[in-house]
Amino acid sequence: MDAILLQILNGLDKGGAYALIALGLTLIFGTLGVVNFAHGALFMLGAFCAVSLNKMMTASVKVKDESVTFFEAFKEVPYLELWLGETGTTLISWSVPLSILLAIPVMLFIGLAMERGLIRHFYRRPHADQILVTFGLAIVLQEIVKASFGANPHPQAVPEMFSGTANVGALFGLGDNIVYPIWRLVYFFFSMSIIGMVFAFLQFTTFGMVVRAGMADRETVQLLGINITKRFSIVFGLAAVVSGLAGLMYTPILPPDYHIGMDFLVLSFVVVVVGGMGSLPGAVLAGFLLGILQSFASMNEVKSVLPGIDQIIIYLIAMVVLLVRPRGLLGRKGVMED
Amino acid sequence: MSLLEISGVNKTFGGLKALDDVNLSVREGTVHAIIGPNGAGKSTLLNAIIGKLIPDNGTVTFNGEDIVGHKPHEINQAGISRVFQTPEIFGELSIMENMMIPLLAHRDGAFKMNPWKRSDDEADLIDKAHHFLDDVNLWGKKDTIAGSLSRGDKRRLELAMCLSQDPKLLLLDEPTAGMARADTNNTIDLLKQIASRGITMAIIEHDMHVVFSLAERISVLAQGHVIVEGTPEEIKVDPKVREAYLGGAEV
Amino acid sequence: MNTVATKKKDNLMVLIFAAVVLSMPVWLQPFGAAYPDLMQKFVIFGLFAVGFNILFGQTGYLSFGHAAFIGVGSYATVWVFKLYTMNIVPAILFGVLVSGVFALVIGFICLRRTGIYFSILTLALAQMSYNLAYSVLTPITNGETGLQLSLDDPRAWDAAQVQGEGIPATNFFGMEMSAWDGLFGFYVCAAVLILGFYISVRITRSSFGSMLRGIKTNQQRMTYTGLNTRPYALSAFVISGMYAGLAGSLMAAVDPLAGAERMQWTASGEVVLMTILGGVGTLIGPVLGAAVIKYFENIFSAINTSVLADFYSFLPDGLIDIFVGVSALFVGKGWHLTLGLMFMLVVIFLPGGIMEGIDRIKNRFAKKPQQD
Repeated sequence: MDAILLQILNGLDKGGAYALIALGLTLIFGTLGVVNFAHGALFMLGAFCAVSLNKMMTASVKVKDESVTFFEAFKEVPYLELWLGETGTTLISWSVPLSILLAIPVMLFIGLAMERGLIRHFYRRPHADQILVTFGLAIVLQEIVKASFGANPHPQAVPEMFSGTANVGALFGLGDNIVYPIWRLVYFFFSMSIIGMVFAFLQFTTFGMVVRAGMADRETVQLLGINITKRFSIVFGLAAVVSGLAGLMYTPILPPDYHIGMDFLVLSFVVVVVGGMGSLPGAVLAGFLLGILQSFASMNEVKSVLPGIDQIIIYLIAMVVLLVRPRGLLGRKGVMED
Repeated sequence: MSLLEISGVNKTFGGLKALDDVNLSVREGTVHAIIGPNGAGKSTLLNAIIGKLIPDNGTVTFNGEDIVGHKPHEINQAGISRVFQTPEIFGELSIMENMMIPLLAHRDGAFKMNPWKRSDDEADLIDKAHHFLDDVNLWGKKDTIAGSLSRGDKRRLELAMCLSQDPKLLLLDEPTAGMARADTNNTIDLLKQIASRGITMAIIEHDMHVVFSLAERISVLAQGHVIVEGTPEEIKVDPKVREAYLGGAEV
Repeated sequence: MNTVATKKKDNLMVLIFAAVVLSMPVWLQPFGAAYPDLMQKFVIFGLFAVGFNILFGQTGYLSFGHAAFIGVGSYATVWVFKLYTMNIVPAILFGVLVSGVFALVIGFICLRRTGIYFSILTLALAQMSYNLAYSVLTPITNGETGLQLSLDDPRAWDAAQVQGEGIPATNFFGMEMSAWDGLFGFYVCAAVLILGFYISVRITRSSFGSMLRGIKTNQQRMTYTGLNTRPYALSAFVISGMYAGLAGSLMAAVDPLAGAERMQWTASGEVVLMTILGGVGTLIGPVLGAAVIKYFENIFSAINTSVLADFYSFLPDGLIDIFVGVSALFVGKGWHLTLGLMFMLVVIFLPGGIMEGIDRIKNRFAKKPQQD
């Protein structure tokens, strides 16, 4: 029982990341009808917002190390610590959550620029062309990051209050065996609240209503004289922010490198296909479902029976779903069937 | 003897009854028109015949065999060809290649692996293509890319493609929609000529001039139901038909 | 494009193609690309692209997983080298056969869907194969190290022959692939490419080829014309998978090792780029695209900052650093950035690839006399 609960918990943070990327993919796909192979790159760029802010905050200067008395020693001290003392140290440890403030405008800008500068010209082109041009863009973005940050992963720390583990079992009265890293819980709640915000935005605002109507029947909404194209480019920006934040908050769990985006993209596509192309709840449901199933598949007990299952479980599920229910779990009829 | 026998066919989309207990029979060697106001279920009926959608219940018997639930390509191989309302042709291919595909399908069946013999060595098929393209005055343009043709030429090409398969039953969905008068008259002449070869035809048409020039039998569809069936003379005077068309300016 | 293909014209095209390929060692001299390793790459990737074009260019199915078949072909071939014989003929035949069977299974699953679903499915399945090659299948693939020959391999059929020192070389009925300073290996690959090209010409001109183009253009019309599209598409998938397997086998034949990195999605993306860069659906385009990409990869990867500094030495001192710094992003290890940019530029400005570009230039020249 404990082991099962632990695996469900293990799947939640990964599931949250899948769900957030898949949500963005689905939003873009549903509104603009574009298959965005560069969406994983947005996840990666978000992660590197955190890396950049951390680099800026830890910009440091060489000062004499007073603790060493035998000889002249120097150490690197970040300016922030020099100027603000303890407060500076704390600020630096909060670099990941703080970078949210940086990432929102940056990702919004990147998203809008991508839509205005490139994607817009591909609305009327065949899907193959959309796939190809965004695929090329993904390579370009990834190589730029590689050139600026190097090929190695960049581990990020979490604020002290969120480091360490929480005794989750005790909270539910299930014994002391279930301990779990706090940050992963934070990530889960973070992803849930972002998903909640996106849904609330689509459900309760006029803007969201138009977007939902546009996803259901684009032509009719355009006939009503509503300028969808303009709203849809904002949707693209929104999706970019969602993916960026997903990547940013994931940095303490998995140190980001330049190809983290592609790794997540392939899986997120599978998530979208399993959930049902064009279905937002489907994307979220499938994200968590696949995240949890993946963590079950990596249990030693499972692996000893079915070796390698952890590597392929997601793909296997995708194949079975597509063969049995070609439209995905919650997919609608007629979405991209040609 | 009836070639196509539709009996008790129903089809519901969501809550909407598109076909409501449709009974219809097309006799061999006749031209049978299906008319009715917009949204009466005419296209749905054609789709049910060619296997694009499967009726909720009822039977569609073609040449003595129930074809409900058969795949579209099987239904075509059984002898039903359809001309669509917006021409369905191979827009990126030449007219000649557009003709070769149905000719090959007719000769070789639904699937035959033949990756080695050159298409331009298939002399007998090329002769046939020549014959059918001549009928529609397109032989001279045989190397033109089909997508660049005028709408009328596209329709004629599609008709030639369907005829080249030597169909037992030819379904035509508004063959003259959007055509100028002169073009329409040409098409009528062409269809008459085809009918004189003994090919059975079922036509959906809005243009009553076309209907009454061609049809030997007419079925009137309204709200998914066949309200009257009869000869053109009977249909012309039937009060139910006038009612269905709400004043029926066209009739 | 509008000219009608005849048997004569096609035979002439194949002959010219063969002449151009076989004379590569001569005419590539001035480009500094006439060494066997590189020419083998041109030819092998050209073959890969020719096969890929049968699926993508003719049938209209965009696969993002074709590199998986390269991997399968290489592994199967190396295993024949290890277990039975160093003769490349049975090894390559086996590699093609295994990749064909593998393509049949993958294609059967993926072709249940069309359009982008198909692309995503192929991507997912290829990624799965890649993951498996690194994990559970390590006994077959030797994981990250890659599958290599070793001295104590059984080589059952070769046992009768007198064995020299060390691991024997791959050979074509006794003729070593590395003979003639490696040129023999190149000629073997070139012969295979010419054969593969000829087969693709025949397929394109056959009734089967018409069916594939019919599927690409209007799947609905195909169905209502009485054609069962799925077996046609599956045949195209298997044929193109076998071409990819053949390319993988040839890679193993000239350099007997196989690694999972050949199966990565970037490799699949590369063949897509080759095909569109050359011209999707054209016969020669894919080979041209493959050669252009491999040529520039070779040139660009070799350039480093000192080469750049030399190149810009005519500039004032301050500017040299800036120019070298910017250019360095695109060369050496930054080659992939150039590749990505090329990808975007081709899709945006020249969706028909080099062949379309040539057509455009031709038309421009052809029109001029009329205007005068």
